[in-house]
Amino acid sequence: MKKIIFVLLLLVAPLVMAAADIDVSSPAVTTIRTSMHARHEQLKPLYASGAIGLTRDGLVGMHDATVVALKDRQSVNSLIAAENDDRNALYKEIANANGHPEWEAEVRNTFALRWAQKAPAGWWYQDPGGAWQKK
Amino acid sequence: MRNMILFSLMASLLALSACVTINIYFPAAEAEKAADKIIDDVWQIKKGDQPATPADTPAPTK
Repeated sequence: MKKIIFVLLLLVAPLVMAAADIDVSSPAVTTIRTSMHARHEQLKPLYASGAIGLTRDGLVGMHDATVVALKDRQSVNSLIAAENDDRNALYKEIANANGHPEWEAEVRNTFALRWAQKAPAGWWYQDPGGAWQKK
Repeated sequence: MRNMILFSLMASLLALSACVTINIYFPAAEAEKAADKIIDDVWQIKKGDQPATPADTPAPTK
């Protein structure tokens, strides 16, 4: 009987290790998501025209400034900066919310790959070597 | 015999707590799912719009 209890306890221990999950519903993360969602309407035509693209570090960057009218470049730059502030905060907050601030870089890499993978045809993204590619 | 039970209980508790606190490995698959959830939300991608699923992504390199 005692042996059985011992064996059972030993069997339970690894199960706890397998129960890792990533929580993305902390208040800070939700706020950032809402802000990014709202900004996306303005970013969408810029992705589609190739003006901006998805960088390999999980951010957005200017890809081809020449398709943006000179008078609009400043506002596009502001949009990029605001989006990148949100993205940087998002990766940091997800790592923090899961109790592992040191996961930030891995969260960022995961996002960088998934943004690029899920991008619609015609959008630009950087491959892991940093070269621009068109979907 | 009592000592034996005590010992095994302590050992198991130690193993349990070690597993809970030293979960240092980045859960790559879960993170990918979480990222997809956020991306779908931000980009307003409806389910079925995109063929990309974790199954057709290359295996993580680390």
